Parts: sequence; C-alpha cells; structure tokens
Amino acid sequence: MLNPAFLELKHLHKRYGNREVLRGVDFSIPAGSCYALVGPNGAGKSTTVRAIQGLTPLDGGEIRMDGQALSTLGAAGRARIGVVPQMDNLDPDFTVEENLWTYGRYFRLPKSRIRQRSAELLDFMALSGYARQPISALSGGMQRRLTIARALINAPQLLLLDEPTTGLDPQARHLIWQRLRDLRRQGTTLLLTTHYMDEAERLADQVGIVDQGHILAQDSPRALIESHIPGEVLELRRLDGNTPDPENWHQQQVALSERVGDTLICYGQNLQQVLAHFVHNPDYRWLQRPASLEDVFLRLTGRNLREDEH
Amino acid sequence: MSWQDAIPNPGALAVVQRNFGVWRKLLLPSMLGNFGDPLLYLLALGYGLGHFVGPMDGMPYITFIASGIVASSVMNTASFEGLYSAFTRMSAQHTYAAMLATPLRVSDILAGEVLWAAIKGLISAVAIIIVASFFGAIQGPWVWLSIPVILLSGLSFGSLALVITAMARSYDFFMYYFTLAVTPMFLFCGVFYPLHSLPAFAQDIAQILPLTHAVALLRPLLTGQLPRHVPYHLGILLLYTVIPYLIAWRLLVRRLLR
Repeated sequence: MLNPAFLELKHLHKRYGNREVLRGVDFSIPAGSCYALVGPNGAGKSTTVRAIQGLTPLDGGEIRMDGQALSTLGAAGRARIGVVPQMDNLDPDFTVEENLWTYGRYFRLPKSRIRQRSAELLDFMALSGYARQPISALSGGMQRRLTIARALINAPQLLLLDEPTTGLDPQARHLIWQRLRDLRRQGTTLLLTTHYMDEAERLADQVGIVDQGHILAQDSPRALIESHIPGEVLELRRLDGNTPDPENWHQQQVALSERVGDTLICYGQNLQQVLAHFVHNPDYRWLQRPASLEDVFLRLTGRNLREDEH
Repeated sequence: MSWQDAIPNPGALAVVQRNFGVWRKLLLPSMLGNFGDPLLYLLALGYGLGHFVGPMDGMPYITFIASGIVASSVMNTASFEGLYSAFTRMSAQHTYAAMLATPLRVSDILAGEVLWAAIKGLISAVAIIIVASFFGAIQGPWVWLSIPVILLSGLSFGSLALVITAMARSYDFFMYYFTLAVTPMFLFCGVFYPLHSLPAFAQDIAQILPLTHAVALLRPLLTGQLPRHVPYHLGILLLYTVIPYLIAWRLLVRRLLR
C-alpha cells in the first residue's frame, strides 16, 4: 500500500517582491498515485507546478523526485516529467501529428520512437482520425486531449496537470478523467491542480487544500470529508430573499451551520428534525445531500471572492 | 543560474527544426518576398538611379548596390525574425513555455532562435545573389566565401534583435529599434555609397556598427576581390554575436524563469 514517495516537496518558499506566494508547501506523492492540489485563485497551485518543472527559482525548500534533488537533475529531470499547462500552447501552424513530432524532437527522441508513440497516443486520446488536421480544426476539448497526448510523448513517470479540464464540456471531462485513471493504473504518478472539487474527488488518492501559499489540510477525499463535515448537509434556501431562520431555531438541532446570503447550510448526522420543521413552509426550498469535498473546501478557505491570479 | 547554462546544447537544433517546419508551410509567400523585393530594388536603384549616378568605387552602380542590398537584407531579415517572429512565439503563442516543459533550456531556445534568424538571413541573401547574378551584378571566384560571412552577420543581427525582444512588452517597442538602429545602419553603413564620402565623425560612428563590417567583407567577396582587414571585421561581427547573446540570455532567464 505505502509506495515510497516519488515526488517530495519540502517546505517550499517563494516570494515575489514582498508578496509571499509559497509559505512552506509540504507534501509528497507515492509512486503511481494521484495527488490533487485544490485551492482558490492565487493560492500558489501554479507556482508549485512551475517549481516542480524547475521554472521558478525557490527562496527556500527542496523538491526531490525519485530520491534525487530536482535542482541537481536540471533539464534531465524534465525528461521524465510530462506537463499539461493551464493555457494551451499547441503550435497553431502545425497539424496534430506535427505537434507531437515537434514536441518529441524537443526531448531528442528518435524519429521511429516518436512515430510509434504518436500513433499510440492519438489512439489513447481518441484523436486517431485527426492526425493530419490543423489545430484550428479541433474543438477545445480535442485540443486539450492533444495537449495531454503531447505531454505523454516522452512516457513520463510524473505527469503534471494544471487545471486540465477547465472550460470543457462534461463529455470531454469524463473522457479525460477516464484516461487519467488509466495512466494511474499503468503506474504514472499524477499531480493535478483544479478548481473542481468533483474532479479531485473522482481522481485523487490524496487531496491537498492549499490557500495563501500553504496546505491547510491533506488526506484522502473521504477522510477529509469525514474529519471536517459531521454527517450530511441540508441546504435551506429562502425564496423571498429574507434571512433564513431568523430565530435560529435550527441551532438547537444541529452542531454546525452557516448562513450564505439567502441560504442556511446545516451539517449533521440527523437533519430530519430541521427538515421536518421547514419542509411545509412555502418560503423555503430545500436540498438534502451527502457532504462533499466542496463543503470541506469552502469551510477551510472561506467564501470570500479571490482576486484572479493573472 | 550560472554562466555555463548560457552554453546551448544540441537541443537548440530542435528549435531551428521547428521554425524551419513552420517556414516550409509558408514557403511560397516567403520566397516571393525573398526574390521579389531585391528584384525591385535592383531595378529601381541599380538601373533607375544608377543611370544618373554612374560608376561608384570603380564598378557599375548596380554591382556596387547589389552587394550592399545583400548585406542589408541579412540585417533586415534576421532582425525581423528575431523581433516580431520571436516575440510572437514567446508572447502570443507561448511556444517558449511549451519548450521549457521539455529538457530544452533558455539557452537552447535562444541559440535556436539566433541560428534560425541567421539561416533566414542566409536564405534572403542567397535569393538576392541569384537574382543579381542574372544582371551580372555578382561575379568572381569568392562568392562562396560570402556564405560564412553572411551567417556570422545573421547571427549578430539575430542576437541583437533578441536582446530587444527579451525586453519588449509589446510589438510597438520594436519601432524604437528600427528607427534608432536598423534604419540608420541601412542608410549610413555603406550600402548605397562608400563610407569615405561621409564626414569623418560619421565614418567613426559607422565603424562601431555591425552592418559596416558586413558590407566591408561582402562587397569585395561578391565582386571578385578579396577583402582587407578580414580578422578585424570578423572580430567585430563576432563580438556583436557573443555579447548580445549573453545579454539576451540573461534577460530571458529573468523573464521566463520567475
């Protein structure tokens, strides 16, 4: 069960001017498992991914891959890593297969190897019929799949994915998730950053919730939910826009609750009493559901809007 | 990041290969420009203006100006490639970001770009040499020796352009470089008339500009003579390659690795 750590991040620190973007990021990923870094904009997710690629000189801390310090591996370390960047940077002047070909040459892979690998990867990412198509002929989801195929050209041991499914439709997301699980089964170690809690919940063995440059909590999705949210969730939405349950009646029944605008959110093992109290009140609409990673995330990072990273 | 990291690996050739691959797709319009523009210049200046100018430095004006246009075209082509095209790859297409996710380093990308700028300069120069030789304006046994000189000149103009690109925030920035460096060199470095017709102080200024040295080597080689002071001219062009390369590397490291 406990594979040795393939990637270890120890106490990463990074400052831009007097803004500290990483303040002691610590985590490790066992070989062949998937770790999801979730956090609001500006939390330090992308900086962490850049640091692993050696593109961000650190002010402190160390990154080790397979037992070796990445700083000493240098460019040779990147030969074992695949990267799916947040922003697509496919070559717009090239066709699908020319993109893979050119990228393979950056790794100085032999021509025969690139040819064989390209055919396999296009098949794997369901792009076989598009080898000769220009990039402009691909949909957003297909471009993303090609970016993932490209990141796999060097058969990386570690795949970094920076928000891999942002902006994609559900079909495209599900196909990508399926393929990422296949890769994990084949032994690739995965690190992904995401805003989507369902994505982290479905893919990751371990989730790290990061905010303001450090990790607030990390564990398996199930354990995170169990340790931060007692039981189930009941959302009571007041239709007329007034404060829900102004008398705080619910507080006699549930241990944990919060108000967000027109909605009262109750957490607890037994929410039947609360539900029974409000179910016939025409001013309320209700939703009872199991606790999710999103509840944990919002409880830990708060509900304030974040400035965009860019 | 130590200075040793400024020395490129063979991976730089993959960058050249990539740019060549894109260029090949746009071969026709690109070739039309390479052959068409010099043809127009030679006709207009060589025949048109040359008719009134008469012989210059002991040769027909069209012969004099053909070698000048070869040199200035190397400058223009390599500069354009190192400015607009390289900036597009860096900023608009994020090609450098994609490359940096592979074992390529900043120095490999930079060296690949500079080498490609020089190759594009060579392509345009060869096109002009072919066109001009139909007019009898290129001649003599030393034409082949011009190729390494053209490549070195292209490397120096490419390196200089990449310094500007590494500092640029937008395309508008390049106008400074064209107005303050490229155009003055085009007009005052011996492309259209011999340097000795300039006042002494202007000659001194021209001596520190790279195009002067490219012209000083290329004009004799393309008109059947052997150039003089070869090590001096080559040395200046080499300095204009190495120093801007190191400055551009430093600036790009700061820009790309943050």
